Amino acid sequence: MAYVSVKGGERAISNAHQWLDEMRRGDASVPELTVEQIRHQMSLAVDRVMMEGSCYDPELAALAIKQARGDVTEAIFLVRAYRTTLQRFGATEPIKTPEMAVQRRVSAAFKDIPGGQILGPTFDYTHRLLNFDLCDAGPAGVAVKATEPVVEKMPTIASVFAHESLLEQTAAESDDAPEPYDLTREPMAFPAGRDQRLQALARGDEGFLLSLAYASQRGWGSTHPLCGEIRMGDVTVEFTPEELGFPIEIGEIVVTECQMISNFEGSADKPPQFTFGYGLTFGHNERKAMSMAIVDRALRHKEVGENGVHAVQDEEFVLYHSDNVEASGFVQHLKLPHYVDFQAQLQFVRRLCKEWREAREAATPDAGEFAEAAE
Amino acid sequence: MTTQTNRMQHGAYNHAYLDEQTKRMIRRAILKAVAIPGYQVPFGSREMPVPYGWGTGGIQVTASIIGQDDVYKCIDQGADDTTNAVSIRRFFARVADVATTERTAEATIIQTRHRIPEAPLKEGQIMVYQVPQPEPLRGLEPRETETRAMHAYEEYGLQYLSLYESVAAFGRIAGGAGYPVLVDERYLMSPSPIPKFDNPKLHQSEALHLFGAGREKRIYAVPPHTDVRSLDFEDYPFDVQSWDEVCALCGCPDSYKDEVILDDEGTRMFVCSDSSHCSDRRDAGHAGPMAGHELDQGSADAANLEDAE
Amino acid sequence: MIGSLALEGVSPGFANPVADSQRVFRRVLDAMSRPGRLIDLDSGIAAASPHLTAASALALTLLDFETPVFVALDADGEAFANWLRFHCGCPITAEPKAAAYALVLADLLPALDQFYAGDPKYPDRATTLIVVCAALEGGAAVRLEGPGIAETRRIAPAGLPEDFWNQVRADRSAFQLGVDIILTAGDQIIALPRSTRIVPEN
Repeated sequence: MAYVSVKGGERAISNAHQWLDEMRRGDASVPELTVEQIRHQMSLAVDRVMMEGSCYDPELAALAIKQARGDVTEAIFLVRAYRTTLQRFGATEPIKTPEMAVQRRVSAAFKDIPGGQILGPTFDYTHRLLNFDLCDAGPAGVAVKATEPVVEKMPTIASVFAHESLLEQTAAESDDAPEPYDLTREPMAFPAGRDQRLQALARGDEGFLLSLAYASQRGWGSTHPLCGEIRMGDVTVEFTPEELGFPIEIGEIVVTECQMISNFEGSADKPPQFTFGYGLTFGHNERKAMSMAIVDRALRHKEVGENGVHAVQDEEFVLYHSDNVEASGFVQHLKLPHYVDFQAQLQFVRRLCKEWREAREAATPDAGEFAEAAE
Repeated sequence: MTTQTNRMQHGAYNHAYLDEQTKRMIRRAILKAVAIPGYQVPFGSREMPVPYGWGTGGIQVTASIIGQDDVYKCIDQGADDTTNAVSIRRFFARVADVATTERTAEATIIQTRHRIPEAPLKEGQIMVYQVPQPEPLRGLEPRETETRAMHAYEEYGLQYLSLYESVAAFGRIAGGAGYPVLVDERYLMSPSPIPKFDNPKLHQSEALHLFGAGREKRIYAVPPHTDVRSLDFEDYPFDVQSWDEVCALCGCPDSYKDEVILDDEGTRMFVCSDSSHCSDRRDAGHAGPMAGHELDQGSADAANLEDAE
Repeated sequence: MIGSLALEGVSPGFANPVADSQRVFRRVLDAMSRPGRLIDLDSGIAAASPHLTAASALALTLLDFETPVFVALDADGEAFANWLRFHCGCPITAEPKAAAYALVLADLLPALDQFYAGDPKYPDRATTLIVVCAALEGGAAVRLEGPGIAETRRIAPAGLPEDFWNQVRADRSAFQLGVDIILTAGDQIIALPRSTRIVPEN
């Protein structure tokens, strides 16, 4: 019945959808998850879905995770497909991470830096022992309050270095800089500007970037990165409506920012100094922010005169293959029927096979028979 | 959850799903594609509610051209009743409120994956192809920056070299589907993974052919009455597939065939891949050697069969 | 900034933007696919000046904030630019080479090589030129061939500059580069995409 099973009717599709819905719900005697529960108790999954879904909306992301039965890539796809239908009002002002209300901030470059090291809510230094207390409704965790408030402005690692000119200085964007490249409205173009690259990496698959970053650390890419700074906390988002002409606050979002430092031996034009790679994600996701920063730095190899021989340094390779919604769709489209193409291949291989046998038979009259018998 | 409820209630998708600005952007790209036959126009492909690789390019092209007066047909592997074709047809029936048909002759827009219908196309019809990989040279050169330069300077030596190597290896030009063509003697173009059997239908066609690649973000076109030449060599001329068997259901001798495996013993039947062509012939009284077989029932019954399993 | 526009006298656009722009687009697509064929847009709009009907309908169908437009019209120019800004929100450019689209009266047509003919790698970035003619019939005849034309097709638009067709010939010799042209008069159009070649009569 192969023929019938590929040719399904509308009823087959709708039945499949109903079955999927039942599977999603699972055992009906178990209470159903609420979107609020997912939003608040699976918050790191929510953060990842918001980031790779390119849409800061925890409620939507939680809904997508519920609908996708916890399949994060599928949830990202749901959010993207919704996002694309939203009306676009324009680009916000750049967020100011030096003014972040910091929840966590660490530097691996200095023992202490102005503003201090703040460990914050991190899995680092937890012992990865299953906590069987969580099998039941676990005890509510209560954070210890600090005795002193965190300083209001925490300088970034770049400004710490600024007076010594040891870290490369990037030119500040002027106010009338053009709107940044937007991959959701324009196709990929090469060579890619840094805005296009950073957007692609920010939307890129966490696993893919993690593996690339790891490979570059192991020598498949010539970066020798050091974590200059990671900070996570709330930043204000401002937007300047055309009719007002001045910025207004439209909300607060949580972001994780990472600056990776690599050394650079200097060139004719530039003194020896440190260069950096940049990573930024929605929500709390240090693995992604660090991977992104390492890959960003690897892709800057031309600017600093390094040889680009590794995959992680090849922008076409990295940027074209980092999007998991594209990758997942294209890999899985192989499930769609291909029997027209396969029939063409079958014809071709059958013909070659027949000619091969005939040629063998002609060369050694017994060989053909032998080949038949062996099949 | 009021915000969510509001979101759910709005149901405010535009006609044909895409917003008007996106349609304008795609329409501009389509016009450029028609003006430069065979050239791949980059466009700001949007994320669609179906996965990449499942027709996002074709759907965006259709959504940008379709209107209330259109009659829409959607096929996959030549058939109207394949699952993805049913799903896409249903999408447009819903979001564009458009009449649909399975008959090639009645359609004004025919969206397709991997086939061109057997019935000759007419003026006033538009073929919309779902394209997985628009770049004919991609298999030979993975870099977009390189292939773009090859098209710009008409450097297609690599393609001919590959055909020549295939002749050297197999005694003929390999490739059964997605066989490269030269459009108006200028641009090398992938006709999408249609079997090369269908390539000649593009040459001097009465219809307009639009190709949409969503994931790769490219649109290209072959206008009506345009030369489309499948690459070949003088001593190894282009040829198309043919079958010794006629269609088991309608007896058609010269259509593209699906091979249907009937049991574990190697028993098989060949049937027209174009389901509309086959049913038209059966309606006209043609019968093949296995006429009356359970596959000869039409799509509604096929669905029932599956439901019963 | 809508507030800064003189809105008095801005004539309306499409009555039903979604359906009307779809219908007009299909006719433009038909025109582009069959170069030289005279196509009635049936745009249903009441342009301020009747000779700008098709040009206005094309603008409503194709232009927005992503398309810089070069405008060269006579007395209507200022009002039309206002109308464009209001309905399409497109930036107006004084530089032909920077224009994605150009809306030009046949009498005021700059030389074709003043417009952007595209990049060899990105020929699609070339200007699309919308020319407002006196009429699309009754002028000097030229014969066309190329994609979209079964054999050859004869057209005779009126009121184009004397050396227009020589310029078109020169432009076509640089294919894949070139400008794509849509001739308009009243509510009718004829398309001359860059793939269309001018052939000698007989």
